[in-house]
Amino acid sequence: MKIRTGIVRSCLIVAFGAGLTVATGVQAAELEVLHWWTAGGEAKSAAELKKILESKGHKWKDFAVAGGGGENAMTVLKSRVVSGNPPAAAQIKGPSIGEWGAEGVLSNLDEVAKAGGWDGLLPPVVTKVMKHDGHYVAVPVNVHRVNWMWANPEVFKKAGVEIPKTWDEFPAAAEKIQKAGFVPVAHGGQPWQDFTVFESIALGVGGADFYRKALVELDQATLKGATMEKVFTTFAGVRKYTDKDSANRVWNQATGMIINGKAAMQFMGDWAKGEFSSAGKTPGKDYVCVAAPGSAEAFTFNIDSLVMFEQSSGDVRKGQQDLATAVMSPAFQEVFNLNKGSIPARMNMNLDKFDDCAKLSARDFEAAAKRGALVPSIAHQMAVPAATAGAMQDVVTQFFNSANMKPKDAAEKLARAALTK
Amino acid sequence: MDLTAQRVTLAGDAGAGAEAKPRLADRIDAWLPKIVLAPTFVCALVFIYGYILWTAVLSVTPSRMLPKYEFAGIVQYEALFGNERWWLALKNLALFGGTFVLVCLAVGLLLAILLDQKIRGEGFIRSIYLYPMALSFIVTGTAWKWILNPELGIERLLHDWGFENARFDWLIDPEMAIYTVVVAAVWQSSGFVMALFLAGLRGIDDSIIKAAQVDGASMPTIYRRIIIPSLRPVFFSSFMILTHIAVKSFDLVMALTNGGPGFASDVPATFMYAFAFTRNQIGLGAASAMMMLMIVVAVIVPFMYSELRRPRNG
Amino acid sequence: MAELSQPRDTGRLIGRVIVYGLLVLVCVYYLMPLFVMVTTSLKSLDEIRAGNLLSLPQDPNLDAWGKAWSSACTGIQCEGLAGFFWNSVSFVVPAVLISTLIGAVNGYVLTMWRFRGSDLLFGMLMIGCFIPFQVVLLPMARTLGAMGIANSTTGLVFVHVVYGLAFTTLFFRNYYVTIPDELVKAAKIDGAGFWLIFRRIILPLSAPIIVVSIIWQFTQVWNDFLFGVVFSSGDRQPITVALNNLVNTSTGVKEYNVDMAAAIIAALPTLFVYVVAGKYFVRGLTAGAVKG
Repeated sequence: MKIRTGIVRSCLIVAFGAGLTVATGVQAAELEVLHWWTAGGEAKSAAELKKILESKGHKWKDFAVAGGGGENAMTVLKSRVVSGNPPAAAQIKGPSIGEWGAEGVLSNLDEVAKAGGWDGLLPPVVTKVMKHDGHYVAVPVNVHRVNWMWANPEVFKKAGVEIPKTWDEFPAAAEKIQKAGFVPVAHGGQPWQDFTVFESIALGVGGADFYRKALVELDQATLKGATMEKVFTTFAGVRKYTDKDSANRVWNQATGMIINGKAAMQFMGDWAKGEFSSAGKTPGKDYVCVAAPGSAEAFTFNIDSLVMFEQSSGDVRKGQQDLATAVMSPAFQEVFNLNKGSIPARMNMNLDKFDDCAKLSARDFEAAAKRGALVPSIAHQMAVPAATAGAMQDVVTQFFNSANMKPKDAAEKLARAALTK
Repeated sequence: MDLTAQRVTLAGDAGAGAEAKPRLADRIDAWLPKIVLAPTFVCALVFIYGYILWTAVLSVTPSRMLPKYEFAGIVQYEALFGNERWWLALKNLALFGGTFVLVCLAVGLLLAILLDQKIRGEGFIRSIYLYPMALSFIVTGTAWKWILNPELGIERLLHDWGFENARFDWLIDPEMAIYTVVVAAVWQSSGFVMALFLAGLRGIDDSIIKAAQVDGASMPTIYRRIIIPSLRPVFFSSFMILTHIAVKSFDLVMALTNGGPGFASDVPATFMYAFAFTRNQIGLGAASAMMMLMIVVAVIVPFMYSELRRPRNG
Repeated sequence: MAELSQPRDTGRLIGRVIVYGLLVLVCVYYLMPLFVMVTTSLKSLDEIRAGNLLSLPQDPNLDAWGKAWSSACTGIQCEGLAGFFWNSVSFVVPAVLISTLIGAVNGYVLTMWRFRGSDLLFGMLMIGCFIPFQVVLLPMARTLGAMGIANSTTGLVFVHVVYGLAFTTLFFRNYYVTIPDELVKAAKIDGAGFWLIFRRIILPLSAPIIVVSIIWQFTQVWNDFLFGVVFSSGDRQPITVALNNLVNTSTGVKEYNVDMAAAIIAALPTLFVYVVAGKYFVRGLTAGAVKG
């Protein structure tokens, strides 16, 4: 009898203990998040996300892997998925979201999206990127504008020229700047930077429709056409006005040339703003942000997003839903983007705390969305699958680095590269 | 090396002995060496040769983001051979590998000979030559990038010193960028080669040299005729290690040029990584990896075979 | 052996000057990156932006070092490299010891207990060294997942041991080849067994090559990034991964002084090992590791 009560009691204890563990499990589901936000400002903003998540009783397990726009992180992610041990969430963007979705490893976020009314908050162009097969699988963190030109007004004044508004005005202005003893274009000759300049030129020379046809839909005729030739000709014209040391320069070193007044303009996405602000410069006064020539009406976007990987634990799944909700919350979108130079992915947010460049970006974003001139950036893996974008980038950077390739041949080659699957 | 031949017979004897007296303990003893070696054998079989086989399989599949096991024929190899970037990577490997191995051997031998001249502070100098081995390129990549960067490093220093026309811009010259990788790679590895040669020099029997000196041979002649030829095994070890470093050089290129300008300093290892992992073309990456392995085997095996064979027969 | 130590005439003296001159010149080449790293780590960011990177710091301070050790951001937490340092220690030590031990036993078998096919096996292992590590990432991830040690310290140690074995085996084999057969032969006749001979005869002779193997493996494993980033778990990442996160950020302000200080901190253990054990390293190599 006694023995039996003993057994019962210990069973009860075990059962109770198990219940307790389950209960605490709900409290502290551990969410492993793979990302490459490691730069000071970014890291601090991502830490906000951790705070929000922890206030909901989850645990954030940080898994940061920096390097080359997430290249190393993607290697890690693949190995993790292959080993059957994927992280709860990972920073993935653009068409890659669809590719992962096709592998059937992503969790569906439709419920959260419905509860949060995402369809009403995000422009359709953005929701398209966030969905696979009509279901939400990713949540956007920010919107970077890529087709920016950063200019040093002082240098323009000294050279006695206006900031060029079209690519036709560009050569004359650049010529004068060079004569005045400045470097017209601060450029970092790395493949992705070459490609970034190239896509801004394509947008400025050919317009949003041309851009979409050529670099998003990969229409062969458009890629080989006369407009593309002109884009390459203009691109070669820009090369003429970079300095001899530009090859292999990192982008922030190029931004430094604008800050120091050595160079007049740089074509770079809005993450460049961080460099200016950390050097204590104010927009509008020490530097100006304008759309790259000919592209004021259009907007090339680069959106960071988080996807959730299918998990067996219910607690982690709950945590993933909470994480997605937190990412879309106005509070997080504001603090994250203030630091990062980008604008919130949510529309209609109060932007009082943002600077003029961000406000302009947000205005242009909504206007371009209405006008149908909102296009994904190909250089930043938003437009076409990585294999295709990579092959096309090879052509662009090869053209930029070889003085004797003809624009016509380059266009042909680009069209061929676009067939890469 | 005739020791080796002896040992083979010795091992044979041991086997014969075990057969003559089949006691349990002896039998275990006879098998023990093989049992002890078995885990390593299995590891090599699975984790090296098994994975090579796996890579070979992938190279004939249409795998993109993750492995897919469907047969696709040799499309990946066709794509690889049609890719300009691949040919450039191969050319770079030849240029880089060749220069790197030769320069390292030359520098290593020279430094070892110099250090062997009863130098004061030898230990200190040797540590200086050796320390780069201790650092990874994640650590030193940035420093080298700066030193070789024309705006920040040596070129600017020369300008500041008044040599206005001095140029040192290999890093940004598509034709020369691969040689900056050589500069940094030699910096990292030549100290180790120096240590190997120094060890070899210290191991040479003094009496041979004394005898040559008595015969009136000059120091350079002694080095050329006697000392350097006797370092043949060191050349062999160094060659193996250096080739190994050259073929696998990955962090070095990533840290220093990241394959640039453009993709002018791409090597097969960076090519493979970019295609398999960044560009979601695992099949193509696997095909390039197979080609890399075949090149290695084509270079190394005949060399290893002749080198390991030679002294035994002689 | 080469007697140039007593300059008897001007020719000798000139030779001496050239020898020392060359040695010192080469020292400059070897020390330059270290010089750049150390001086940069002692400068302020403004001084770095303004000045020449090869110039001496005007107002040297250790702020960057403090930040790199305890407050630099390596992810969303900004606690510097301190924690990662110990992560690295926790897997490097077992990986180095295990691979050295197995390498020693392998070398012993391959020289003293040869059997039919043992040379072939050795050749197989050697060619295996040439497999590019990028190739093994995915299949290894799969294997570790199947073994249930994916993304754990155990898994990471395992990977390092597996791919370190070829080199440690090579070192020990080449060293043991030089040990006279008679020693082992006599012991065998006296009836000593496999392990007894290893423990009593071989191991006591192995000190120099153990040092070589440990130095080599320690350097390789400590400095490894690829395996560390792929096979460690998020909260136990090695220091190289943290360093990469610090140095390799693509967007955001680069704090070069902190980067350099962090780089030196990450390299301290290997530098320490080289300086302390460097003497034994060459001695160990001399003792036979290079005899093919």
